Amino acid sequence: MQTALLTKTENANKRTDIVDFRPGDTIRVHVKIKEGEKERLQAFEGTVLARKNRGTMGETITVRKISFGQGVERIFPLHAPVIDHIDFVRTGRVRRAKLYYLRELRGKAARLRERE
Amino acid sequence: MSPGILGKKIGMTQVFRPDGQVVPVTLLKAGPCVVVQRKTPATDGYDAVQVGLLEFAKKSRHTKPMSGHLKKAEAEGVKFLRELRLKPGHGDPKPGDRILVDEFKPADKVDVIGVSKGRGYAGLVKRHHFGGGADTHGSMFHRAPGSIGASSFPSRVFPGMKMSGQMGSARVTVRNLEIVRVDAEDNVLMVKGAVPGPNGSYVLVRRAKR
Repeated sequence: MQTALLTKTENANKRTDIVDFRPGDTIRVHVKIKEGEKERLQAFEGTVLARKNRGTMGETITVRKISFGQGVERIFPLHAPVIDHIDFVRTGRVRRAKLYYLRELRGKAARLRERE
Repeated sequence: MSPGILGKKIGMTQVFRPDGQVVPVTLLKAGPCVVVQRKTPATDGYDAVQVGLLEFAKKSRHTKPMSGHLKKAEAEGVKFLRELRLKPGHGDPKPGDRILVDEFKPADKVDVIGVSKGRGYAGLVKRHHFGGGADTHGSMFHRAPGSIGASSFPSRVFPGMKMSGQMGSARVTVRNLEIVRVDAEDNVLMVKGAVPGPNGSYVLVRRAKR
């Protein structure tokens, strides 16, 4: 009974509208940004390096992109209301769950093959 | 306004504030509670209420004196009893009155009192965060306490010296926790931060003293 109440609150706060993706895939995360009174969407497109704490309220994703030659990583709490929606861009064939090795690679070496 | 409520720890999770901030929260199943006894300065020398948590309790588990005591307030089914001091502004509760979670509002501050998880007879590294010695490199000093004082003077160990002993399983108060959400339907209180004790343990939620 105790755990039932916990799952109930978690399910009420979890998001179910997030598309399915895996580490290695390329996605576009649309983040709500408040500028004074106005609210607009900002997209962050990159490769998913890791998906942590899967299945829990604290699930996060690490997205990496190269911006003007500089590697940029953002960590999003997957269930956060600031995420408006996520677009699926491209698959990527990888052989591990955490792709931190991509940080050491540049240019052609950092490419990922598409998954069948 | 009641001085507090009794509850049970359900577990921890996290929620998001409207501005997107992540808040770690503990879920407490709080109440429904009954006022079992009213203590007054005239009869008892101080002002307090005895509150009981209503949940399923086998009748035969109560001793006869306890059954009689609960019957007076028509509070059968109470398993967990605690006393709360009354201060001006807490109103005048009568035996038999119910205390429900909807008396608490988000952003209220509360103190949560519970019994911490027992760690048994614990050594100094775990109990007092001593550094301990090196495990290797020929070291023969691992987790021992080291010196506990000088020799012929003072010829005794000073009181309060940190040593090994029972850790946990003690009454712990966590002050000024913020209430994040109140679910009156399920009697669930969402409190910011951690609360002492394992999941399923009883806790006392009191309006913050300071």
